[in-house]
Amino acid sequence: MPDKPIQPEGWSCPLPLKDYPNIVMGHGTGAKLSSDLIEHLFIPAFRNPALDAMADSAVLEFPAGRLAFTTDSHVVRPLFFPGGSIGELAVHGTVNDLAMAGARPLYLSAAFILEEGFPIEQLSRIVYLMAESARRAGVKIVTGDTKVVERGHGDGCYITTAGVGVVPAGRTVGSDRARPGDAIIISGSMGDHGMAIMSVREGLEFETQLTSDTAPLNELVETLFQTAPKIRALRDPTRGGVAATLTEFATRSNVGILIEETALPIRAEVKAACELLGLDPLMVANEGKLIAVVPAEDTEVVLASLRKHELGRSAARIGTVVSEHPGMVAARTAIGGKRVVTLPYSEQLPRIC
Amino acid sequence: MKYLDEFRDGALARSLADQIRQIVTRKWVLMEVCGGQTHSVMRHGIDQLLPSEIELVHGPGCPVCVTPLEVIDRALAIAARPGVIFCSFGDMLRVPGSGTDLFRVKSEGADVRVVYSPLDALKIARQHPDREVVFFGIGFETTAPANAMAVKLAHQQKLANFSMLVSHVLVPPAMRAILASPMNRVQAFLAAGHVCTVMGTQEYEPIAEQYQVPIVVTGFEPLDILEGIRRAVVLLEEGEARVENAYARVVSEQGNPQAQHLLAEIFETTDRTWRGIGTIPRSGWSLAPAYQAFDALKRFDVGMVQAQESPLCISGQVLQGLIKPNQCQAFGKQCTPRSPLGATMVSGEGACAAYYLYGRLTDFAIADTSGAIADHAR
Repeated sequence: MPDKPIQPEGWSCPLPLKDYPNIVMGHGTGAKLSSDLIEHLFIPAFRNPALDAMADSAVLEFPAGRLAFTTDSHVVRPLFFPGGSIGELAVHGTVNDLAMAGARPLYLSAAFILEEGFPIEQLSRIVYLMAESARRAGVKIVTGDTKVVERGHGDGCYITTAGVGVVPAGRTVGSDRARPGDAIIISGSMGDHGMAIMSVREGLEFETQLTSDTAPLNELVETLFQTAPKIRALRDPTRGGVAATLTEFATRSNVGILIEETALPIRAEVKAACELLGLDPLMVANEGKLIAVVPAEDTEVVLASLRKHELGRSAARIGTVVSEHPGMVAARTAIGGKRVVTLPYSEQLPRIC
Repeated sequence: MKYLDEFRDGALARSLADQIRQIVTRKWVLMEVCGGQTHSVMRHGIDQLLPSEIELVHGPGCPVCVTPLEVIDRALAIAARPGVIFCSFGDMLRVPGSGTDLFRVKSEGADVRVVYSPLDALKIARQHPDREVVFFGIGFETTAPANAMAVKLAHQQKLANFSMLVSHVLVPPAMRAILASPMNRVQAFLAAGHVCTVMGTQEYEPIAEQYQVPIVVTGFEPLDILEGIRRAVVLLEEGEARVENAYARVVSEQGNPQAQHLLAEIFETTDRTWRGIGTIPRSGWSLAPAYQAFDALKRFDVGMVQAQESPLCISGQVLQGLIKPNQCQAFGKQCTPRSPLGATMVSGEGACAAYYLYGRLTDFAIADTSGAIADHAR
């Protein structure tokens, strides 16, 4: 959890909420307690005209262009972890899914499933962290919903967000567009989020704290399209890690992908934790990184523009699209051998020894 | 020195491979005993650096792989009991029993938890005095001291709700069984470095002498393994059958006497069935009489278990180095990590999983693009 409790400044009248320090079934009934939550927590935190109207649907101005639309449910244990919380994940996850389609994210919805007994204080932290993340990403949370399930039927708090954005004319990206010769670029270090979660979830004590990389990538994507409009494919390597993303590119584009293990940016502490647990950093989740497939001649400009942005400082070219072994990802190892990089088939399991 | 990148240095690796190429004069078959070494070989492509004369065959040192089916079936039966919290290392969860695995038992409502140490299971037992907490205590000599310590602490703390399903196995009897087999092809061993960290190197000397095989205690990083191979080839070429320690930064001749002392107190040697291989006399540890109150098999009467191995799985031959995983008819077809027929396809140390994960299609051509990437390095 963050060290300092977040002061909900916009909390117009905290008293009605403080009568109930924990979520009760009534908070999801649509009656008085529900409207207390909306009026005294959600609206002050997310404040915007569409939400303030408190209608059944948000009615929005929308620029001309193609609409991108996505949804994502967020469940994470623990809810607060080094570098973030379920609140940031819920916003960044949907913002990033829109950005990876080349879209400029505009509006999000947020639906909460809360467990009876969940502390209101934790909910308000989550909500204010969501609001902060939305501001940072330049999106508005314009509609929402809350349901409460009985104690023991949920993990405290689940959040589903959906989002819409507009894809500017001329932008076409897709995982089926990689061509032999293209460069594979990652915007920064691999595996930070997954290992941060694992370190707290499993009570592993490392000397240095591992921190999640959760971040909104839409600004970075805008920078990319300004410097290299011919980007072929974009993807944020979340669950399944870089291996899953590259395998999808290789399969959908029917090309091979060859990565160089020595070129992979991995923090020393993440590498050490992975070694200790027998996990492959290529398969560990990221929440604030993107992988771009770009024409080889754009490599330099793309790397330079990424590295100018705080979220892309350690961007690196990690591989190349090849015509050999279509549908497969291979890696050249540090000692000069080669191996196949397979899709993780389930969650990775820490080994016995 | 961080002991990660230093032992993966490409130039040093090629230099060691060159030295091996210079000394080798004929074909040799070497077995790396430990599954961790097998995975390192496949993951880093160490085999691709070696001259064609050197054949590596993969040994039985994968604890999850050799745990008998019957023990896994008993574990599943205990885990499914109401009131039990069943604790296990992670890679045991997907290992197939006769009909199911721990993941599926968990999805059906059993309380199965992944722990990183048997001491975590003790903590859970203290937190849940009203529940029976069972730890699945498997593994070679490497994991045994921590398991022994958990039993000793449970005894001292009078933790009546803790027990252990013990199925420990020992490396030297397995090496003897492989060498004594009429089908044996192994001419030298790369002994498992971490096992020797606990047990030392002395118990390998009678094996080297009796069977006239060189045994080189070897680590797990690419340079460790290449150095182990180099020293084994030197011994083979010179006709020397003795024990050498190529992992001296970790392994000493006498091992860890404190751990050995603890093991002798908590465990006693017993005959053990190895999955796919059969019974090897005096090849395992079970709880000594003074600690049998903590034996999960004695605490939970799960009755007769009818273990039924897949007729297609020949992992026993893989574990003895008689065939390579990709020579199995079911490899990559009926048997994949998604639907494994045997434990060797599941474990982080299983040879079949290593072939599937890293080397499934080793023959494809790899384009040379390293120059392009080096140009963009920061």
